[in-house]
Amino acid sequence: MVDVPLNILIADDNKSDRLILAAIVKKMGHRVCVAEDGVQAVAQYLSEKPDIILLDVMMPNMNGQEAALQIKSSAGEDMVPIIFLTSLQDATDLAKCLDSGGDDFLTKPYNKIILQAKINAFSRMSKMHNTLQQQRDLISEHNDHMVHEQEVARAVYDNVTHSGCLNLPNIRYMLSPFSVFNGDVLLAARKPSGSMHILLGDFTGHGLPAAIGAMPLAEIFYGMTAKGFLMDAILREINSKLKKILPIGYFCCVCMVNLSFRKQQIEMWMGGLPDFYLLRHDSGQVEQIASTHLPLGVLSSQSFDTQTQRFSLRREDRLFMWSDGIIESRNDEGELFGETRLMDIFQRNQDQQQVFDDIVHEVNKFTGDSGKDDDTTLLEVKMVPEADVGEVDIDMSSGMITGPTDWNMRYTLRGETLKTFNALPMMLGILSDVPALHGLSGQLYTLMSELFSNAFEHGVLGLSSDLKKDAHGFAEYYAQREQALKAMADGWVMFDIDHRPTSGGGLLTLIVTDSGDGFDFAAKQVKPLGGEGYSGRGIPLITSICDSLEYLGAGNIVKVTLSWQTKGLEE
Amino acid sequence: MAIATSVNGNELTVQVEGRFDFSAHQEFRDAYEKTEEGVKNYVIDMSRATYLDSSALGMLLLLRDHAGGDSANVRITQCNQDVKKILTISNFEQLFTIE
Repeated sequence: MVDVPLNILIADDNKSDRLILAAIVKKMGHRVCVAEDGVQAVAQYLSEKPDIILLDVMMPNMNGQEAALQIKSSAGEDMVPIIFLTSLQDATDLAKCLDSGGDDFLTKPYNKIILQAKINAFSRMSKMHNTLQQQRDLISEHNDHMVHEQEVARAVYDNVTHSGCLNLPNIRYMLSPFSVFNGDVLLAARKPSGSMHILLGDFTGHGLPAAIGAMPLAEIFYGMTAKGFLMDAILREINSKLKKILPIGYFCCVCMVNLSFRKQQIEMWMGGLPDFYLLRHDSGQVEQIASTHLPLGVLSSQSFDTQTQRFSLRREDRLFMWSDGIIESRNDEGELFGETRLMDIFQRNQDQQQVFDDIVHEVNKFTGDSGKDDDTTLLEVKMVPEADVGEVDIDMSSGMITGPTDWNMRYTLRGETLKTFNALPMMLGILSDVPALHGLSGQLYTLMSELFSNAFEHGVLGLSSDLKKDAHGFAEYYAQREQALKAMADGWVMFDIDHRPTSGGGLLTLIVTDSGDGFDFAAKQVKPLGGEGYSGRGIPLITSICDSLEYLGAGNIVKVTLSWQTKGLEE
Repeated sequence: MAIATSVNGNELTVQVEGRFDFSAHQEFRDAYEKTEEGVKNYVIDMSRATYLDSSALGMLLLLRDHAGGDSANVRITQCNQDVKKILTISNFEQLFTIE
């Protein structure tokens, strides 16, 4: 007797043959249902769902071969073994049985042992088929589920790591992820000061494990940039976050750029990325910029270094940035694209506007159909006049409708704190609580940062503003700044901020005092108060924002005022 | 891709052959985790390595962590141009002695 009885359909128009076969099969312990012709066989198959069918070839109404075809077609993916019963001996006839959809045949007169062996063999095969089918269905169900989850996750991911202001006219980029999730990340945001932060990152590996680290990175980048934090603080924060959350051996190669349209310069921090190319518009020369740091997420906060490289850019100078996916693209022979081919594109090219397209074209041509094996990112950033990129639209969300309007504060930065701490985001936060000033965050940030750097660099550190007139002096200026910073011991900068309501508006008064010797402001002043006489101190910029500016004391005190009226009264 | 190890006193030498990438992950890890106590210095012999990718950089960081993190003594020796270039781009000379 068998362990699990099967349901077996026997179709034969010959009554005695049918009865003999049914008796043998029943004796083996299986259940039996019977049919007298092909039409009945098909009907029985549909109603009884037998596990195995024993089918006579020659039957009235519908022969066995036709019945087999119909049964196999309605069985679809389910396995229904059909064993033809036949007295045929001719090989061609027997082969025809199998061609019409039969799985095997059994010649009359029946041999019990062969019959049993065949039933057992097909039973095993059916079982295996069913198991495979179930597993396949399960896998496919899991896969559907996972794809759906990935789509939702992707939507969240895209919202967090959105492309910021990459759509501005001075930027061109191409992101070419290897899988659904991109392990390369490209972010850009305007700073309250009007400058721009850009970050290109390449996480170890690719796909979801690589992409997941991009979420906190983007949160920190956008959040801190909007609040007015500078590059060093943002990098420090990202590094410490990644160090905390990424397993050892996983990291993010990053370049962060601070692009200042007004100063026409870029400041870069670069760790673990291949050399970038700076294409000079006038000369067509290419300057290579190398990574000077380890990738983010490797070093502890204590040993993390935020030293940056600075470059003075003229209009139309272009910076090309990429992840290693460009130079490590492979062709069919497994050869790398390499730096030589990349540099060739720059040297051959006559039209600087075309370089970006040429790189994309050449890399695609090189890799051909060999398929990619890493995320690839390419970015071109061009120096343009600030007017080309428009006003900053800072979203200082969660602002209050009625905020403080009558207050005064003094905040003094001293010693080490003066050197290392950026107090502007905090003071900007306080100013932004005044509802009407909320919308002026960008201008206020510029105002405060210009006043602060004047007080700190020219006042406390005693650097001459005349130096910054040409490219050489510019480098010299930063060298002197480094020295003075090291030597500085006990300087201070004091902010006195006062806000009062006026009829229909308010008046903001800012007094910045520094510990320096001041300067002969009367001598440098060509035009009357509020004019553009003080070279190199960003004064035109400041006066374009506020109502009045005056130097007091020995020139170490500067006072500016800014008044505002509510919109309703203006009309 | 093959990994060979040898111990000399308290120094473990791991020789990497061929492409040093993710496929070497387990073998490379075994090479330094399964050696006996007392190993203090590590040498990664790259004389027969043709290439390394970012997951290999990750594996080197794992070894460095195993060897004591900031106090680890790991030397990477005999790199070819390509290997050297990748280590330089990543500024790994700040973490490892590269010879």
